[in-house]
Amino acid sequence: MSILAVSNLTKKFGGLTAVNGVDITVQKESITAVIGPNGAGKTTFFNLVTGVYQPDNGNVQLGSTSLVGLKPHEISRHGIARTFQNIRLFSNITVLENVMVGLHNHLKGGIFGTLLQTPSVRREEKRAKEEAYEWLEYVGLGSLLNEEAKNLPYGAQRRLEIARALATKPKLLLLDEPAAGMNPRETRELTEFIHRMREELNLTIVLIEHDMKLVMEISEQIFVLDHGVKIAEGKPEEIRNNVNVIEAYLGKSAVTGA
Amino acid sequence: MEKLKSFLSGNKIAQGVLIGVYVLITSLALYLSQKSVVAFLLLLFSLLLLYYTQLSNRLKWLLAGVVLVGVLPWAASSGPSYQSYMEVATLVGIYVAMALGLNIVVGLAGLLDLGFVAFFAIGAYTYGIFATGQASNFMPFGEYPLSGESFWLFILVGCFAAALCGVLLGIPVLRVKGDYLAIVTLGFGEIIRIVYNNLDKPINFTNGAMGISSVTPPELFGMQFTYPSQFYYIVLGILVVVMFAVRNFEYSRIGRSWKAVRENEIAAQSMGIHLVKTKLLAFAIGASFSGMMGVVFAAKQAFVDPTSFTLLESITILVMVILGGMGSVPGVILGAAVVTILNLQVLTEVTNWLNQMSMEGAISFPEALSPSKMQRFIFGAILILFAIYRPQGLIPAKNPVFNEEELKAHAAKQTGKKSSVPEDRAMQA
Repeated sequence: MSILAVSNLTKKFGGLTAVNGVDITVQKESITAVIGPNGAGKTTFFNLVTGVYQPDNGNVQLGSTSLVGLKPHEISRHGIARTFQNIRLFSNITVLENVMVGLHNHLKGGIFGTLLQTPSVRREEKRAKEEAYEWLEYVGLGSLLNEEAKNLPYGAQRRLEIARALATKPKLLLLDEPAAGMNPRETRELTEFIHRMREELNLTIVLIEHDMKLVMEISEQIFVLDHGVKIAEGKPEEIRNNVNVIEAYLGKSAVTGA
Repeated sequence: MEKLKSFLSGNKIAQGVLIGVYVLITSLALYLSQKSVVAFLLLLFSLLLLYYTQLSNRLKWLLAGVVLVGVLPWAASSGPSYQSYMEVATLVGIYVAMALGLNIVVGLAGLLDLGFVAFFAIGAYTYGIFATGQASNFMPFGEYPLSGESFWLFILVGCFAAALCGVLLGIPVLRVKGDYLAIVTLGFGEIIRIVYNNLDKPINFTNGAMGISSVTPPELFGMQFTYPSQFYYIVLGILVVVMFAVRNFEYSRIGRSWKAVRENEIAAQSMGIHLVKTKLLAFAIGASFSGMMGVVFAAKQAFVDPTSFTLLESITILVMVILGGMGSVPGVILGAAVVTILNLQVLTEVTNWLNQMSMEGAISFPEALSPSKMQRFIFGAILILFAIYRPQGLIPAKNPVFNEEELKAHAAKQTGKKSSVPEDRAMQA
C-alpha cells in the first residue's frame, strides 16, 4: 500500500528546473532512499513534499489527501516530519525543550489557559516533559537534557533532530543526509537505529544519502535523481547495475569502458 | 573574606538576616535623611541582592513585596522629596512593564521592533480622549469626560486596543524579516505619533500638537488618585499581573514556540508551528502591556501630547531590554530600572554636581562641554562600555533546568509497562 504518491512534480527556480516531472511512490512502512549527484534536486524534492516550496506543477499525495498548497505547519500536522541537511536545531534552548517544541501540535494550552496556569495546562506541561524525555532516551540523549542544543557534538545533534521529528508523531519521516559527517561506526549505529524506528514505530522512512554502503544496506526501494529528472528506480541490486545511474555518477566513459 | 563568603553561600538564614539588616539600615537612612538619592538607590538595590540570595522563590517574592509595598513608600515618606522619589519609582514601574512587553517581541520571538512606543501612545490616547471633553467632538452619545471610576475599565480597554493594533500592525509587517522588519516598525511608530499630532482636523480627535490636558484622575470609592505616591500602587498592581503573565508564558507551549521561531523559522514550521499566528501573538501580548501602562501614564501626567512618544522613547525601551539581557526577565527588569534611574536621577545629580563645581570655580568646562549637555554623552558611554564588557546584558538569559532524576524515574516506570511510545502512536493512527 502506498503512503506517499508524488506525480509529475515540477519546480523551477528562474531558468533552472530543479525538479522536473518526478513520479515517486513510497510504500507504507518501507525504507526508501532518494539518491543522486550533488545538485540533482533531492533536497528540493524534500522541500516540495514538506511545503517549504510550492510546486509549479504536479501533485503530492499523502494517503488520500493532497498536500499541494498547504503550509509547512499544516503538512506537519498531516504526519510528515523531517530532518535537515544542514542541521537546524533551536540552538540556544535546551535539548529537552527542542523535543518539546516537536510536541507542539499535540498540546492544547491556549492563551488563557497558559495565562492562568489552569490545572489541565500544568498537567499537560508535565506530561510533555515526560514524553520529550522518553524520546530523548529513545535516541540515547537522555543524560544531555539540560544542555543547550548548540553545545552537543555533531552526531548527537543529528540524533536530536531525529528525536524532535519523532516527537511530532509522524507517519512519514524524511531524513536529509542523516549520515553526513559520521564515522563508519556511527553510520553502522544509524543503520540499526533506522531499522529499529521502522519496526517499533511503524514508520515509513524516506532518506537522502550519499553514503552508498548505507543506502544499499538499508533501502528497499531506491529512486535516483539527476538534474531534476528521475533516471532510475528499483531495488538496491537493480540500481547498482543500472547503466544510467553509473553514467550519472561516474560519467559516460565509465559506461562505455573507454 | 573568603571565609565569610563560604559561610554565607551555604547559610540561608544568614543571607536572610543580612538582607533584613541591609533593608533596615538603608530604609532608616532614607527615612532620617531629608533628601538622599544614595539611600533611595541603596534601598532599591536590596531587591537585586534579594534576587541573588538562595532563599526559596516564594520567600523572595514575599520579601520583595514587603519592601515595595511597605518599606519603600514608608522610608521615602518622611522628607520633602517624597513625591519625587515616588515619581521615579512609578516611572521605573511603567518602564519595567514596557520593557517586559518588548522583551517578548525582541527577546523571545526575535522580532526587532523599533516602534514599540506606539502601543504606549495608543493606551495613553485611549484614556486621554475619553477622560476629557475631547471625546464629545466625535461621539454622538454619552457624556464626556468620563468619570474617574472608568479608569479601571480603561486599563483593560487600553490593553485590548494596543493588542489589537499589535495584530493589525503585524499582519502586513510580518511579511518582512530582520532589518527590514526593524525599519517597518520604526515607520509604524512614527506614523502613530504623526497621526496623533495631526488628528485635530477635520474632526478634533486628539487636539493635535497642543495635546490633551486635564485628564480626569482615577477615582476609587470617592478617593482621587493625583499624587505619584498613589499611582505607585496602581503601577505595582499592574506590574504584578504583567510579571505573572510573563512568567507563565515564557515556559509554556506558547513561549517555546516563540523561541523556536527566533532560533530557526523553517525548523519551527516543520515542527507544526504556525509562523504568523505565533508572531502575531508575541506582538499582541507585548503591546498589551504597553497599552495598560499608557493608560496609567496618561492619568498620572493628566496630560497627553505626541512629544512623549518619539523614536527616542522606543530606542530607550530597546536599550533597557538589551542592557538587561535579551530574553531574560530579571535582566530586563534590572535594565529598565537602571536606565530609568540613570536618566532621571543619577545623571541629573551628576550634572548638577558638576555644574555646582564649575560655578564654585573648582573645575571649569568650556561652553561646548557644559555638564547639562553631557548627559546623553555619559549615557552613551555607559552603553558602549556595557556592549564591550557585558554583551549578553546585566543578567544573561538562562534556560530552565529540568529535573533529570524525576523524568528518568518516570520513563523507567513507563518502559516497565511495555514501551509506551508505540502505544501512543497506535492511539494516533
